[in-house]
This record gives sequence, C-alpha cells and structure tokens, in this order.
Amino acid sequence: MLTYVLRRLLLMLPVAFLVTVGVFMLIHLTPGDPALIVLGEDRSPQAIAAIHQQLGLDKPIYVQYVIWLGRIAHGDFGRSITTHQPVGTAITERLPATLELGTAALLWSLIIAIPLGTIAAVKRGSLADYIATGITVAGVSLPNFFIGVVLIFVLSVSLRLFPFGGYIPLGQDPVESLHHVVLPAIALGTAGAAINMRFTRSSMIEVLNNDYVRTAWAKGASWQRVIFIHALKNALIPVVTIVGLQIGGIIEGAVVTETVFTWPGVGRLAVESISDRDYTVVQAIVLLAAFSYMLANLLVDLVYRWVDPRISYS
Amino acid sequence: MSSAPLISEPQPVRAARVGGLALAGKYPRVTLASAFVALLFLVALVAPILSPHDPLAVNPDNPYLPPLSPGHLLGTDELGRDLLSRVLWGTRVSLPVAFVAVAVGFFAGGIIGLVCGYAGGVTDLLLMRFIDALLAFPGLILAIALVAALGPGLRNAMIAIGIVAIPAYARLVRGQVLQLKHMEFVTATRSLGAQPLRLVFGHILPNLLNPIIVQVSLSAGFAILAEATLSFLGLGAQVPTPDWGQMINSGRTFLNNDPWLAIVPGAAISVAVFSFNWLGDSLRDALDPRLRS
Repeated sequence: MLTYVLRRLLLMLPVAFLVTVGVFMLIHLTPGDPALIVLGEDRSPQAIAAIHQQLGLDKPIYVQYVIWLGRIAHGDFGRSITTHQPVGTAITERLPATLELGTAALLWSLIIAIPLGTIAAVKRGSLADYIATGITVAGVSLPNFFIGVVLIFVLSVSLRLFPFGGYIPLGQDPVESLHHVVLPAIALGTAGAAINMRFTRSSMIEVLNNDYVRTAWAKGASWQRVIFIHALKNALIPVVTIVGLQIGGIIEGAVVTETVFTWPGVGRLAVESISDRDYTVVQAIVLLAAFSYMLANLLVDLVYRWVDPRISYS
Repeated sequence: MSSAPLISEPQPVRAARVGGLALAGKYPRVTLASAFVALLFLVALVAPILSPHDPLAVNPDNPYLPPLSPGHLLGTDELGRDLLSRVLWGTRVSLPVAFVAVAVGFFAGGIIGLVCGYAGGVTDLLLMRFIDALLAFPGLILAIALVAALGPGLRNAMIAIGIVAIPAYARLVRGQVLQLKHMEFVTATRSLGAQPLRLVFGHILPNLLNPIIVQVSLSAGFAILAEATLSFLGLGAQVPTPDWGQMINSGRTFLNNDPWLAIVPGAAISVAVFSFNWLGDSLRDALDPRLRS
C-alpha cells in the first residue's frame, strides 16, 4: 500500500510541475503589461520600471518561475493587485463559505441520488424509473446558474420561503446559515445528484443480477436486508469515485453558483478578480482548484481499496 | 444420418441493404435525438427568416412586454428588443461556438491521441503528461482561466473550450489506437508493406469513428453549456450580442416582475444541451454492441 502511495505521488510530480508552469504562464499570456494594471493612470516609465522590479518582471522568465514557485512552496501567493491584501489571507477568509456550500450541495446530491437511484434500479422499467431517468437527463442538461435563477424566482421571489442571497457563517447563527444555504446548495448539487443517481442505478442493476444476491433471495432474506445490506453496500463502490471527484471539483461549481447567490466564497472571489484583472488572485485560485482536484483523484484511489478490499495495488 | 457436404455450394451474397426508414425504426432514440439536433441547426440557419424583428433593434417605447403580446410572442426585454428574435439568433452564437470548440478538441486531441497510441515510448510518455496536466484542472476552471488570460470575448471562449475538450479526445483515440494496432488486420496490412500514414488513415482511423461520433455529440453539449456559463460570467459574448448566457445574466436583474427574460434563454440552453447529450447517449447505446438491448 505504502509503495503504491509513493508511486502515485511520484507520478503526480511531473503533472504537478506542468500544472504550476501552466498557472504561472497565465499571467504571461495576458495581453498588455501587468504593471499598467497596477499603476492605473500614473504610467511614467520610471513608475513602470519600479513595478517591474517590485513584481520581478525585469528578470528572465525561468528565474521569475523559480522565485514564484519558491514563494508558493512557502505559502506566499503574493499580494492582490487591487486590494493589496495577501492572496493567501483573501482565499482563507473566503474558503469556509465555499466549503459550507460545497458540503451542503454534496449532501443534497446524495440525499436525492441514492434513494432515487436505488428505487429506479429495483423497480426497473416502472414509472419511478422513468421519473428518475428524466431527472438525470434534466439535471445534466440544465446549467446550474439557470437552476439558481429559477429557484430564486419560485422559492424566494414568488413564495418568499428562502432568502435569495447572502451568507451567514454557521458559527454565527446555525439556523439562519442553513436557511441561506438551501437554494445555492440545490443549484450547485443538482447536476451532481443527476450523475450520482445514474451511477447508483446502473451499479445497483449490475449488483442485483449477481449470484450472491440471488442466493440471499433464495435463503428467504427480507427485501430490506437484500437491498440495503447485500446489494446497496456493494453498489455504492463506483459512486465513491464520482463523489470523490465532485469534492475535488467544488470550486469549479462554486464559481457560478456563488455569483448567482452573491455568496462570498472563493468562486465569487475568482470572478471578481477576473473582472478587476487581479491576476495574482486568479493564479492562486486556479492553482488551488487544480491541486484539490489532483488530491481528490489520489484520495479516491486510496479510499477505493478501503471500500473494496478485492482491489489490489500490488 | 445424411451425408452433408463438408463444403457447401457457394451462395450468392446479398448485400445487406438497410433503408433510412428501417434504420430509423431500429434506433428510434437516435432518430428522435438527431431530429432535435437537426432542428437546432435548421433554426440557426433560418433565424434571419424566422425572426420577426431585428434582435438588436432597441425600441424604448415597448420595454418589458410580457409573452403573447401583439407582435412579440415571447415579449420584449428592458430595451424593448424582441425576445423571440434574440433567442432564435442565439442559436447562431451557441452552435458555431460549439462547432469550433469541438473541432479544436477533436483535431488537436485526436492528433495527440493518434501519435501517442501509434508511436508509444517516450513520445507517448511526454505527450500524455501534458494531457494529464490539462486533466488536472477542472474543465470550467481551465476555460475561465484561459479566457481571463486571453481576454473576454467569443473567439477566446471558443479557443478555451476547445482546449478543455482536448484531453477527452486524446485519451479516447490513444486508447483505441493502442487496442487496434495489435489487431490482426493491422498486423497483416503492416506485413504487406503499408506505410504508417496509410495504416493510420486507411485502417485505424475508420475503426475509431464510432466512439468519436459519440464523443463529438457529448462534447458539443458541454461546449454549449460552457459557452453559456462564460457568457453568463461576462467572459464570453459581450453586449449587445444575442447570447443565451448573457441574456440570463442581464435578465436575472428583473426576476421580480419579468422572470421570462431569464427563463426563456435558460430553457433554450437546456433544450440545446439536452439534445446533444441525448444524441450522444443514444448513439453510444446504438453503436456499442454491449449496450444494445
């Protein structure tokens, strides 16, 4: 197991290197001089040269990369061009909101997906199966910002059941916090719910056709025991993979959902930074998103062995 | 026991001719989904004829007209522009973006996959690490980052979405080539002296078409969704282009009184994405013998 983890980490190194090169090059792909963004109206040659020196832009590109990488390794992501706040602080301030939203969205997706996927598989070809399949198709075709807009219109503007935006930290007022997170979580989690339901259904159908399930039926086990103890436990193994990747991709979905619901998380920070051309912040968020995705991939592989002992890494 | 001849008389071979209608009857889901997609293309093609008004024509006297108003079937937006005309013209933005993005992903990813699968060795190792690095980014984040760097606009959105699509094609084609290059018909052709280019384009590529067709359809759905998302965030189409994502973004400000301004373009995106996803899914079921029921 340890050998496998080490091998996976070693394989990750060249990819991680290329990811850092890609993220570093983002600022160099940008048309125009970053110094001009920092300076605004004061664009004297002396001021531009000073900014170049301050940002290290007067050095050869590979030197700039090594310096940047060294800083990143020490947790120093630089300062925001617009607010001058350390980028690390800006992100950590916003991260709890994104994590709360991501967790709620994931819970919503599982609460919907596992029961409906199971029912669809057990009652294959029934009305329930068609409804579940319909939800799956709609869930992956509806853009999450459109789901958000419809939810705001129906449940917030028309029925006034939920607030249409804003964030209250969980520690400050748990009830209000949950009240505020419901709509963004549904908007963010619906596509995931559709995918998880599809996986649960197909995996459950496969498991229900196995000999050991047939044996359990033949032994006279109750349907609850056959479905929940024998079948569902094993059917959820492939779902673990997809859920793990969804955890890694929380920031991706949050970019849009947080914009719709004025949710002060990392995703909204990314959008604000792009419109302000604050590339140090954008770089850091893209790097964070890529590394959390890579880490999620690794963790999924490791957890897989734990949930399915038949898998060998030798 | 009758003594049947070991080698039967050669029978006249009848070419298996399958008519279009028979094919449509055999795969009704594919037919229906293809019809949806064809309808989208048709709407894009004839949008100038179908549209009752100029999608950019501002009419300050008629803002916020509700659906079913005289002369404006779906109503008008905050500037009095006809919503139906803007939605119809929206197909002329979304479909070309999807087409170009898929083409970028298909050609770049396909060539990388072909080279990796056929050449193997160090070439495969190096190119696939590049693909792995692209895969390390969540798709939308990569597209947003690229557009942020290149600058907002439809052209850059197309390039960014195309780059995001590259890894899927590269991995798909590489995997298929790795399987195919060891098959007997390829070995036989090679032993007859066929050059690598002839082997790849004449023998390997035609056998890759089925999974690629499925991928093209699915990635077109993703491209429409990604383009709408980028435009919603202000990174794709810019005002006053009649773009669905951009229309939802401006329409959501008026949800209190005029919800259709956001809901109509949202429905258009959903139908378009659904059509391509459905086509991809049904093609996969029809073309993969293991999934045929």
